[in-house]
Amino acid sequence: MEPTVLGRIGYALVSLFVITNYGLLLIGSMARISAKVQGRVGQPVWQPYLDIIKSTAKRNAISHGIMFYLGPVFRLAGGVGTYMFIPAVYGSVLFRNFSDSGDLLLVMYFIFFGQLGMALGASEGGHPYSAIGVSRGLSQMTAFEVPFALSVIAVAVQYGTLDITAIVAAQQGGFAHWTLATNPLAVIAAMIAFLGMSMHNPFSVVIAPQEIPIGPPTEYQSNLLGMLQTNRAIFNGAKLVLYMNLFFGGATNILVMVVKTFLIYFINIFVGQAFPRFRTDQSIRFFLGVPTLVGIAGVIIAAI
Amino acid sequence: MFEKKDRPVPLANEGLVPEERGLFCDAAPREYAPANKVVEDFWNWARAQSLWILGFGTGCGAIELRPLMTSRYDMYRYGIQPRPTPRQSSVFVIGGYASVKTLKRIVRSYEQMMGPKFVVALGSCTINGGMYWDSYNTIKRIDQYIPVDVYITGCMPRPEALLAGFQELKRIIRAGRAEGQNAYARDFGWYKANQKKVIKDWNMPDYNW
Repeated sequence: MEPTVLGRIGYALVSLFVITNYGLLLIGSMARISAKVQGRVGQPVWQPYLDIIKSTAKRNAISHGIMFYLGPVFRLAGGVGTYMFIPAVYGSVLFRNFSDSGDLLLVMYFIFFGQLGMALGASEGGHPYSAIGVSRGLSQMTAFEVPFALSVIAVAVQYGTLDITAIVAAQQGGFAHWTLATNPLAVIAAMIAFLGMSMHNPFSVVIAPQEIPIGPPTEYQSNLLGMLQTNRAIFNGAKLVLYMNLFFGGATNILVMVVKTFLIYFINIFVGQAFPRFRTDQSIRFFLGVPTLVGIAGVIIAAI
Repeated sequence: MFEKKDRPVPLANEGLVPEERGLFCDAAPREYAPANKVVEDFWNWARAQSLWILGFGTGCGAIELRPLMTSRYDMYRYGIQPRPTPRQSSVFVIGGYASVKTLKRIVRSYEQMMGPKFVVALGSCTINGGMYWDSYNTIKRIDQYIPVDVYITGCMPRPEALLAGFQELKRIIRAGRAEGQNAYARDFGWYKANQKKVIKDWNMPDYNW
Protein backbone atom coordinates (compact mmCIF):
# COMPACT_ATOMS: atom_id res chain seq x y z
CA MET A 1 0.00 0.00 0.00
CA GLU A 2 1.30 3.43 -0.93
CA PRO A 3 1.76 5.55 2.23
CA THR A 4 0.28 9.04 2.45
CA VAL A 5 2.42 12.17 2.31
CA LEU A 6 2.51 12.38 6.10
CA GLY A 7 3.40 8.72 6.29
CA ARG A 8 6.26 9.26 3.89
CA ILE A 9 7.57 12.18 5.91
CA GLY A 10 7.38 9.98 9.01
CA TYR A 11 9.28 7.20 7.22
CA ALA A 12 11.88 9.70 6.05
CA LEU A 13 12.38 10.93 9.62
CA VAL A 14 12.83 7.36 10.86
CA SER A 15 15.28 6.75 8.04
CA LEU A 16 17.16 9.95 8.94
CA PHE A 17 17.28 8.88 12.59
CA VAL A 18 18.72 5.51 11.63
CA ILE A 19 21.38 6.98 9.34
CA THR A 20 22.38 9.57 11.97
CA ASN A 21 22.98 6.92 14.60
CA TYR A 22 24.65 4.63 12.10
CA GLY A 23 26.91 7.47 10.97
CA LEU A 24 27.88 8.33 14.54
CA LEU A 25 28.66 4.71 15.39
CA LEU A 26 30.59 4.41 12.14
CA ILE A 27 32.76 7.42 13.01
CA GLY A 28 33.30 6.04 16.51
CA SER A 29 34.21 2.56 15.36
CA MET A 30 36.55 3.84 12.65
CA ALA A 31 38.35 6.00 15.22
CA ARG A 32 38.73 2.89 17.33
CA ILE A 33 40.05 0.86 14.41
CA SER A 34 42.58 3.61 13.63
CA ALA A 35 43.64 3.48 17.27
CA LYS A 36 44.20 -0.27 17.05
CA VAL A 37 46.41 0.27 14.00
CA GLN A 38 48.46 2.72 16.05
CA GLY A 39 48.69 0.25 18.96
CA ARG A 40 46.33 2.22 21.19
CA VAL A 41 43.12 1.26 22.95
CA GLY A 42 41.28 4.18 21.44
CA GLN A 43 38.19 6.14 22.34
CA PRO A 44 34.91 4.39 23.10
CA VAL A 45 32.68 3.70 20.10
CA TRP A 46 30.01 5.98 21.58
CA GLN A 47 32.40 8.93 22.01
CA PRO A 48 30.79 10.98 19.16
CA TYR A 49 27.50 10.95 21.10
CA LEU A 50 29.23 12.26 24.23
CA ASP A 51 30.97 14.97 22.24
CA ILE A 52 27.69 16.14 20.74
CA ILE A 53 25.91 16.16 24.11
CA LYS A 54 28.83 18.04 25.63
CA SER A 55 28.88 20.63 22.86
CA THR A 56 25.14 21.13 23.08
CA ALA A 57 25.29 21.45 26.87
CA LYS A 58 27.67 24.40 26.77
CA ARG A 59 26.28 27.32 28.73
CA ASN A 60 27.24 30.22 26.55
CA ALA A 61 27.87 30.80 22.88
CA ILE A 62 29.15 33.65 20.79
CA SER A 63 27.84 34.97 17.54
CA HIS A 64 29.56 36.59 14.58
CA GLY A 65 26.46 37.60 12.66
CA ILE A 66 23.62 35.94 10.81
CA MET A 67 25.72 34.18 8.18
CA PHE A 68 27.75 32.62 10.98
CA TYR A 69 24.57 30.93 12.22
CA LEU A 70 23.47 29.99 8.73
CA GLY A 71 26.76 28.21 7.90
CA PRO A 72 26.03 25.09 10.00
CA VAL A 73 22.36 25.29 8.97
CA PHE A 74 23.36 25.16 5.29
CA ARG A 75 25.79 22.36 6.07
CA LEU A 76 23.06 20.37 7.82
CA ALA A 77 20.62 21.11 5.00
CA GLY A 78 23.25 19.83 2.57
CA GLY A 79 23.68 16.62 4.56
CA VAL A 80 19.97 15.97 5.07
CA GLY A 81 19.17 16.98 1.49
CA THR A 82 21.79 14.61 0.10
CA TYR A 83 20.36 11.73 2.09
CA MET A 84 16.71 12.53 1.42
CA PHE A 85 16.99 11.99 -2.33
CA ILE A 86 18.85 8.68 -2.22
CA PRO A 87 17.13 5.33 -1.68
CA ALA A 88 19.00 3.88 1.31
CA VAL A 89 17.60 0.39 0.80
CA TYR A 90 16.39 -0.63 -2.65
CA GLY A 91 12.76 -1.75 -2.70
CA SER A 92 12.12 -0.77 0.93
CA VAL A 93 9.20 1.57 1.61
CA LEU A 94 10.71 2.72 4.89
CA PHE A 95 14.17 3.56 3.57
CA ARG A 96 13.46 4.81 0.10
CA ASN A 97 13.21 8.42 1.36
CA PHE A 98 12.10 10.75 -1.47
CA SER A 99 14.28 9.10 -4.08
CA ASP A 100 11.49 9.03 -6.65
CA SER A 101 11.53 12.84 -6.73
CA GLY A 102 15.15 13.78 -7.28
CA ASP A 103 17.91 12.52 -9.47
CA LEU A 104 21.66 12.20 -9.38
CA LEU A 105 22.30 15.83 -10.36
CA LEU A 106 20.21 17.09 -7.45
CA VAL A 107 22.14 14.87 -5.05
CA MET A 108 25.47 16.10 -6.43
CA TYR A 109 24.24 19.65 -6.01
CA PHE A 110 23.37 18.96 -2.38
CA ILE A 111 26.81 17.46 -1.73
CA PHE A 112 28.49 20.72 -2.70
CA PHE A 113 25.80 23.05 -1.42
CA GLY A 114 26.69 22.32 2.20
CA GLN A 115 30.35 23.02 1.65
CA LEU A 116 29.67 26.38 0.01
CA GLY A 117 27.26 27.41 2.78
CA MET A 118 29.83 26.44 5.36
CA ALA A 119 32.45 28.45 3.49
CA LEU A 120 30.31 31.58 3.72
CA GLY A 121 29.53 31.00 7.39
CA ALA A 122 33.09 30.23 8.38
CA SER A 123 34.38 33.34 6.64
CA GLU A 124 31.94 35.42 8.66
CA GLY A 125 33.72 34.19 11.80
CA GLY A 126 36.60 36.45 10.82
CA HIS A 127 39.31 34.06 11.94
CA PRO A 128 42.22 33.91 9.46
CA TYR A 129 42.52 30.15 9.85
CA SER A 130 38.88 29.74 8.87
CA ALA A 131 39.57 31.58 5.62
CA ILE A 132 42.67 29.48 4.95
CA GLY A 133 40.75 26.30 5.69
CA VAL A 134 37.91 27.39 3.42
CA SER A 135 40.23 28.23 0.54
CA ARG A 136 42.02 24.90 0.91
CA GLY A 137 38.74 23.03 1.18
CA LEU A 138 37.20 24.64 -1.86
CA SER A 139 40.29 24.21 -4.03
CA GLN A 140 40.58 20.56 -3.01
CA MET A 141 36.86 20.14 -3.65
CA THR A 142 37.20 21.59 -7.14
CA ALA A 143 39.96 19.09 -7.83
CA PHE A 144 38.26 15.91 -6.58
CA GLU A 145 35.03 16.94 -8.24
CA VAL A 146 36.62 16.24 -11.63
CA PRO A 147 37.16 12.47 -11.23
CA PHE A 148 33.88 12.21 -9.32
CA ALA A 149 31.91 14.01 -12.03
CA LEU A 150 33.59 11.86 -14.70
CA SER A 151 32.62 8.66 -12.94
CA VAL A 152 29.06 9.91 -12.48
CA ILE A 153 28.95 10.71 -16.22
CA ALA A 154 30.23 7.19 -16.92
CA VAL A 155 27.47 5.70 -14.76
CA ALA A 156 24.82 7.90 -16.38
CA VAL A 157 26.01 6.95 -19.87
CA GLN A 158 26.20 3.27 -18.99
CA TYR A 159 22.69 2.99 -17.58
CA GLY A 160 21.17 5.70 -19.74
CA THR A 161 19.52 7.43 -16.77
CA LEU A 162 20.18 9.82 -13.89
CA ASP A 163 17.55 8.24 -11.66
CA ILE A 164 19.34 6.58 -8.74
CA THR A 165 16.63 3.99 -8.18
CA ALA A 166 16.87 2.95 -11.85
CA ILE A 167 20.66 2.73 -11.58
CA VAL A 168 20.32 0.44 -8.55
CA ALA A 169 17.65 -1.60 -10.33
CA ALA A 170 19.98 -2.14 -13.29
CA GLN A 171 22.66 -3.54 -10.97
CA GLN A 172 20.49 -6.19 -9.33
CA GLY A 173 21.17 -9.86 -9.97
CA GLY A 174 24.57 -10.55 -8.52
CA PHE A 175 28.09 -9.21 -8.48
CA ALA A 176 28.49 -9.42 -12.28
CA HIS A 177 25.91 -6.65 -12.68
CA TRP A 178 27.51 -4.17 -10.29
CA THR A 179 29.22 -1.12 -11.76
CA LEU A 180 32.32 -2.40 -10.00
CA ALA A 181 32.31 -5.38 -12.37
CA THR A 182 30.94 -3.71 -15.49
CA ASN A 183 33.00 -0.51 -15.37
CA PRO A 184 35.82 -0.83 -12.82
CA LEU A 185 37.68 2.26 -14.09
CA ALA A 186 34.79 4.57 -13.21
CA VAL A 187 34.65 3.00 -9.74
CA ILE A 188 38.38 3.50 -9.20
CA ALA A 189 38.12 7.19 -10.14
CA ALA A 190 35.10 7.61 -7.90
CA MET A 191 36.74 5.88 -4.94
CA ILE A 192 39.81 8.12 -5.19
CA ALA A 193 37.49 11.13 -5.28
CA PHE A 194 35.77 9.66 -2.24
CA LEU A 195 39.04 9.75 -0.30
CA GLY A 196 39.20 13.49 -0.95
CA MET A 197 35.54 13.96 -0.15
CA SER A 198 35.72 12.39 3.27
CA MET A 199 38.83 14.39 4.20
CA HIS A 200 40.74 11.61 5.86
CA ASN A 201 44.46 11.28 5.30
CA PRO A 202 46.08 11.88 2.85
CA PHE A 203 43.60 14.65 2.02
CA SER A 204 43.02 15.93 5.54
CA VAL A 205 44.90 19.20 5.18
CA VAL A 206 41.61 21.13 5.13
CA ILE A 207 40.87 20.41 8.77
CA ALA A 208 44.44 19.71 9.89
CA PRO A 209 44.27 20.30 13.65
CA GLN A 210 47.96 20.91 14.23
CA GLU A 211 48.49 23.11 11.22
CA ILE A 212 45.52 25.45 10.81
CA PRO A 213 43.49 24.93 13.98
CA ILE A 214 40.74 22.66 12.65
CA GLY A 215 40.20 24.81 9.52
CA PRO A 216 36.76 26.18 8.64
CA PRO A 217 35.04 25.39 11.99
CA THR A 218 37.73 27.22 14.02
CA GLU A 219 35.27 29.73 15.46
CA TYR A 220 32.33 27.36 15.81
CA GLN A 221 31.44 26.32 19.33
CA SER A 222 28.66 25.07 21.55
CA ASN A 223 25.45 24.05 19.81
CA LEU A 224 26.66 25.17 16.37
CA LEU A 225 29.56 22.75 16.72
CA GLY A 226 27.12 20.08 17.88
CA MET A 227 25.17 20.67 14.70
CA LEU A 228 28.29 20.31 12.57
CA GLN A 229 29.20 17.08 14.38
CA THR A 230 25.72 15.66 13.80
CA ASN A 231 25.88 16.66 10.17
CA ARG A 232 29.20 14.91 9.78
CA ALA A 233 27.49 11.64 10.65
CA ILE A 234 24.50 12.24 8.35
CA PHE A 235 26.66 13.45 5.48
CA ASN A 236 29.05 10.51 5.77
CA GLY A 237 26.12 8.12 5.80
CA ALA A 238 24.53 9.81 2.79
CA LYS A 239 27.72 9.74 0.74
CA LEU A 240 28.33 6.09 1.59
CA VAL A 241 24.79 5.14 0.61
CA LEU A 242 25.17 7.08 -2.65
CA TYR A 243 28.39 5.27 -3.49
CA MET A 244 26.86 1.94 -2.60
CA ASN A 245 23.93 2.67 -4.91
CA LEU A 246 25.97 3.92 -7.83
CA PHE A 247 28.85 1.46 -7.84
CA PHE A 248 28.30 -1.46 -5.49
CA GLY A 249 24.90 -2.75 -6.43
CA GLY A 250 22.81 -1.01 -3.78
CA ALA A 251 21.26 -2.93 -0.90
CA THR A 252 18.06 -4.94 -0.66
CA ASN A 253 17.98 -4.95 3.14
CA ILE A 254 19.41 -2.91 5.98
CA LEU A 255 22.01 -5.53 6.89
CA VAL A 256 23.53 -5.54 3.40
CA MET A 257 23.51 -1.73 3.51
CA VAL A 258 25.44 -1.69 6.79
CA VAL A 259 28.02 -4.23 5.61
CA LYS A 260 28.60 -2.54 2.25
CA THR A 261 28.82 1.02 3.57
CA PHE A 262 31.12 -0.11 6.38
CA LEU A 263 33.49 -1.67 3.87
CA ILE A 264 33.37 1.39 1.59
CA TYR A 265 34.18 3.67 4.52
CA PHE A 266 36.89 1.29 5.63
CA ILE A 267 38.84 2.09 2.45
CA ASN A 268 39.32 5.58 3.88
CA ILE A 269 40.88 4.23 7.04
CA PHE A 270 42.95 1.71 5.11
CA VAL A 271 44.45 4.41 2.91
CA GLY A 272 44.54 7.01 5.65
CA GLN A 273 46.60 4.88 8.00
CA ALA A 274 49.08 4.00 5.28
CA PHE A 275 49.76 7.38 3.68
CA PRO A 276 50.82 10.70 5.14
CA ARG A 277 49.04 13.98 4.49
CA PHE A 278 49.27 15.77 1.15
CA ARG A 279 49.67 19.51 0.89
CA THR A 280 46.84 21.24 -0.96
CA ASP A 281 48.83 21.80 -4.14
CA GLN A 282 49.97 18.18 -4.09
CA SER A 283 46.45 16.86 -3.69
CA ILE A 284 45.14 19.09 -6.49
CA ARG A 285 47.87 17.85 -8.82
CA PHE A 286 47.11 14.30 -7.73
CA PHE A 287 43.38 14.53 -8.42
CA LEU A 288 43.85 16.19 -11.79
CA GLY A 289 46.40 13.57 -12.83
CA VAL A 290 45.88 9.81 -12.84
CA PRO A 291 42.35 9.77 -11.29
CA THR A 292 41.08 12.16 -13.97
CA LEU A 293 42.63 10.06 -16.74
CA VAL A 294 41.10 6.93 -15.20
CA GLY A 295 37.75 8.73 -15.05
CA ILE A 296 37.99 9.72 -18.73
CA ALA A 297 38.85 6.11 -19.61
CA GLY A 298 35.80 5.05 -17.58
CA VAL A 299 33.56 7.39 -19.60
CA ILE A 300 35.01 6.08 -22.88
CA ILE A 301 34.45 2.46 -21.82
CA ALA A 302 30.87 3.27 -20.81
CA ALA A 303 30.26 5.05 -24.12
CA ILE A 304 31.58 2.10 -26.13
CA MET B 1 21.22 32.96 26.13
CA PHE B 2 22.08 36.61 25.60
CA GLU B 3 19.94 38.36 28.17
CA LYS B 4 20.28 42.09 28.13
CA LYS B 5 18.46 42.93 31.35
CA ASP B 6 20.28 43.72 34.61
CA ARG B 7 23.38 44.35 32.57
CA PRO B 8 26.23 45.75 34.67
CA VAL B 9 28.23 48.84 33.82
CA PRO B 10 30.11 48.33 30.53
CA LEU B 11 33.82 47.64 30.82
CA ALA B 12 36.05 50.61 30.10
CA ASN B 13 38.54 48.76 27.85
CA GLU B 14 41.05 51.44 28.76
CA GLY B 15 43.95 49.44 27.38
CA LEU B 16 42.72 49.96 23.85
CA VAL B 17 43.11 53.06 21.75
CA PRO B 18 39.75 54.90 21.53
CA GLU B 19 39.05 54.07 17.87
CA GLU B 20 39.44 50.34 18.57
CA ARG B 21 37.15 50.22 21.59
CA GLY B 22 34.01 49.86 19.53
CA LEU B 23 35.39 46.72 17.90
CA PHE B 24 35.45 44.75 21.12
CA CYS B 25 32.84 43.56 23.54
CA ASP B 26 32.47 45.69 26.66
CA ALA B 27 30.25 43.32 28.63
CA ALA B 28 31.58 41.63 31.75
CA PRO B 29 31.07 37.87 32.08
CA ARG B 30 27.99 36.77 33.95
CA GLU B 31 27.13 33.75 36.05
CA TYR B 32 25.11 30.91 34.62
CA ALA B 33 22.79 28.97 36.89
CA PRO B 34 22.99 25.19 36.45
CA ALA B 35 19.94 23.45 34.98
CA ASN B 36 17.76 21.31 37.22
CA LYS B 37 19.42 18.44 39.06
CA VAL B 38 18.66 15.54 36.69
CA VAL B 39 19.54 17.41 33.50
CA GLU B 40 22.67 18.95 34.99
CA ASP B 41 23.83 15.55 36.27
CA PHE B 42 23.40 14.10 32.80
CA TRP B 43 25.26 17.02 31.21
CA ASN B 44 28.02 16.84 33.78
CA TRP B 45 28.40 13.14 33.00
CA ALA B 46 28.80 13.97 29.31
CA ARG B 47 31.16 16.85 30.08
CA ALA B 48 33.32 14.59 32.20
CA GLN B 49 33.50 11.93 29.47
CA SER B 50 34.46 14.40 26.77
CA LEU B 51 37.32 16.61 27.92
CA TRP B 52 38.81 18.64 25.10
CA ILE B 53 42.15 20.12 26.00
CA LEU B 54 43.18 23.49 24.67
CA GLY B 55 46.36 22.65 22.79
CA PHE B 56 48.44 25.58 23.99
CA GLY B 57 51.75 24.79 25.67
CA THR B 58 51.92 27.51 28.27
CA GLY B 59 55.12 26.36 29.95
CA CYS B 60 57.80 23.69 29.97
CA GLY B 61 55.39 21.25 31.66
CA ALA B 62 53.46 21.00 28.41
CA ILE B 63 56.17 18.58 27.29
CA GLU B 64 54.51 16.04 29.57
CA LEU B 65 51.20 16.48 27.75
CA ARG B 66 52.56 15.18 24.46
CA PRO B 67 53.18 11.61 25.63
CA LEU B 68 49.51 11.39 26.59
CA MET B 69 48.62 11.27 22.90
CA THR B 70 50.99 8.39 22.20
CA SER B 71 50.00 4.76 22.26
CA ARG B 72 51.77 4.25 25.57
CA TYR B 73 49.45 6.51 27.58
CA ASP B 74 46.58 6.98 25.12
CA MET B 75 44.38 9.63 26.70
CA TYR B 76 41.73 9.13 24.00
CA ARG B 77 40.39 6.08 25.83
CA TYR B 78 39.34 8.40 28.69
CA GLY B 79 37.55 10.72 26.27
CA ILE B 80 40.35 13.28 26.48
CA GLN B 81 41.61 14.80 23.25
CA PRO B 82 43.49 17.91 22.22
CA ARG B 83 41.51 20.61 20.48
CA PRO B 84 43.35 23.36 18.65
CA THR B 85 41.03 26.26 19.34
CA PRO B 86 39.85 27.76 22.63
CA ARG B 87 36.34 28.13 21.26
CA GLN B 88 35.81 24.39 21.22
CA SER B 89 37.88 23.15 24.12
CA SER B 90 36.70 22.73 27.68
CA VAL B 91 39.90 22.08 29.63
CA PHE B 92 42.74 24.56 29.80
CA VAL B 93 45.99 22.97 30.88
CA ILE B 94 48.46 25.41 32.39
CA GLY B 95 51.71 23.68 31.57
CA GLY B 96 54.00 24.73 34.36
CA TYR B 97 55.49 28.15 35.08
CA ALA B 98 53.75 31.13 33.56
CA SER B 99 55.76 34.22 32.76
CA VAL B 100 53.97 37.54 32.77
CA LYS B 101 54.04 37.56 29.00
CA THR B 102 52.42 34.11 28.87
CA LEU B 103 49.87 35.07 31.51
CA LYS B 104 48.50 37.65 29.12
CA ARG B 105 47.91 34.92 26.53
CA ILE B 106 46.55 32.59 29.20
CA VAL B 107 43.96 35.17 30.22
CA ARG B 108 42.96 35.84 26.62
CA SER B 109 42.62 32.16 25.80
CA TYR B 110 40.77 31.36 29.01
CA GLU B 111 38.24 34.09 28.44
CA GLN B 112 37.64 32.94 24.86
CA MET B 113 36.66 29.45 25.98
CA MET B 114 32.99 28.57 26.18
CA GLY B 115 31.70 27.57 29.58
CA PRO B 116 31.64 25.42 31.54
CA LYS B 117 35.41 25.50 31.34
CA PHE B 118 37.92 23.78 33.55
CA VAL B 119 41.52 24.54 34.38
CA VAL B 120 44.17 21.97 35.24
CA ALA B 121 47.42 23.47 36.48
CA LEU B 122 50.39 21.17 36.45
CA GLY B 123 53.76 21.47 38.10
CA SER B 124 54.89 23.10 41.31
CA CYS B 125 55.42 26.41 39.52
CA THR B 126 51.70 26.97 39.17
CA ILE B 127 51.15 26.41 42.88
CA ASN B 128 53.87 28.49 44.55
CA GLY B 129 56.31 29.49 41.85
CA GLY B 130 58.36 26.32 42.26
CA MET B 131 61.98 26.78 41.28
CA TYR B 132 61.08 30.24 39.96
CA TRP B 133 59.81 31.39 43.36
CA ASP B 134 62.09 34.45 43.37
CA SER B 135 61.97 35.26 39.67
CA TYR B 136 60.99 38.80 38.70
CA ASN B 137 59.13 37.66 35.63
CA THR B 138 57.00 34.67 36.57
CA ILE B 139 53.78 34.64 38.50
CA LYS B 140 53.66 32.51 41.61
CA ARG B 141 50.09 31.33 42.06
CA ILE B 142 47.99 30.82 38.96
CA ASP B 143 44.69 30.77 40.87
CA GLN B 144 45.02 34.45 41.66
CA TYR B 145 44.56 35.13 37.97
CA ILE B 146 42.18 32.44 36.72
CA PRO B 147 40.18 29.89 38.75
CA VAL B 148 41.86 26.49 38.90
CA ASP B 149 40.00 23.21 39.36
CA VAL B 150 42.83 20.71 39.76
CA TYR B 151 46.49 21.11 40.65
CA ILE B 152 48.97 18.40 39.76
CA THR B 153 52.17 18.65 41.75
CA GLY B 154 55.63 17.66 40.65
CA CYS B 155 58.50 19.09 38.75
CA MET B 156 57.65 17.72 36.20
CA PRO B 157 54.61 15.58 36.94
CA ARG B 158 54.79 12.33 35.02
CA PRO B 159 52.15 11.60 32.34
CA GLU B 160 50.63 9.09 34.79
CA ALA B 161 50.18 11.92 37.28
CA LEU B 162 48.45 13.94 34.58
CA LEU B 163 46.07 11.08 33.85
CA ALA B 164 45.35 10.80 37.59
CA GLY B 165 44.72 14.55 37.64
CA PHE B 166 42.27 14.27 34.77
CA GLN B 167 40.44 11.47 36.61
CA GLU B 168 40.21 13.78 39.62
CA LEU B 169 38.86 16.53 37.37
CA LYS B 170 36.25 14.10 36.10
CA ARG B 171 35.16 13.34 39.66
CA ILE B 172 34.87 17.06 40.39
CA ILE B 173 32.83 17.66 37.23
CA ARG B 174 30.55 14.71 37.99
CA ALA B 175 29.96 16.08 41.49
CA GLY B 176 28.99 19.43 39.96
CA ARG B 177 31.77 21.29 41.77
CA ALA B 178 33.66 22.49 38.69
CA GLU B 179 32.08 25.93 38.50
CA GLY B 180 35.21 27.90 37.65
CA GLN B 181 33.40 29.93 35.01
CA ASN B 182 30.89 31.21 37.55
CA ALA B 183 33.62 31.89 40.11
CA TYR B 184 35.47 33.95 37.52
CA ALA B 185 32.33 35.93 36.70
CA ARG B 186 31.49 36.45 40.39
CA ASP B 187 34.95 37.70 41.37
CA PHE B 188 35.67 39.27 38.01
CA GLY B 189 36.84 42.55 39.55
CA TRP B 190 39.31 40.79 41.85
CA TYR B 191 40.75 38.59 39.11
CA LYS B 192 41.03 41.53 36.72
CA ALA B 193 42.76 43.68 39.33
CA ASN B 194 45.28 40.90 40.00
CA GLN B 195 45.92 40.47 36.30
CA LYS B 196 46.40 44.16 35.70
CA LYS B 197 48.75 44.38 38.68
CA VAL B 198 51.30 42.14 36.96
CA ILE B 199 50.59 42.76 33.27
CA LYS B 200 51.95 46.25 32.77
CA ASP B 201 51.38 46.58 29.02
CA TRP B 202 47.65 45.91 29.11
CA ASN B 203 46.64 46.52 25.50
CA MET B 204 43.65 44.22 25.13
CA PRO B 205 39.97 44.43 25.99
CA ASP B 206 39.06 43.89 29.63
CA TYR B 207 37.11 40.78 28.73
CA ASN B 208 38.08 38.87 25.60
CA TRP B 209 35.00 37.26 24.22
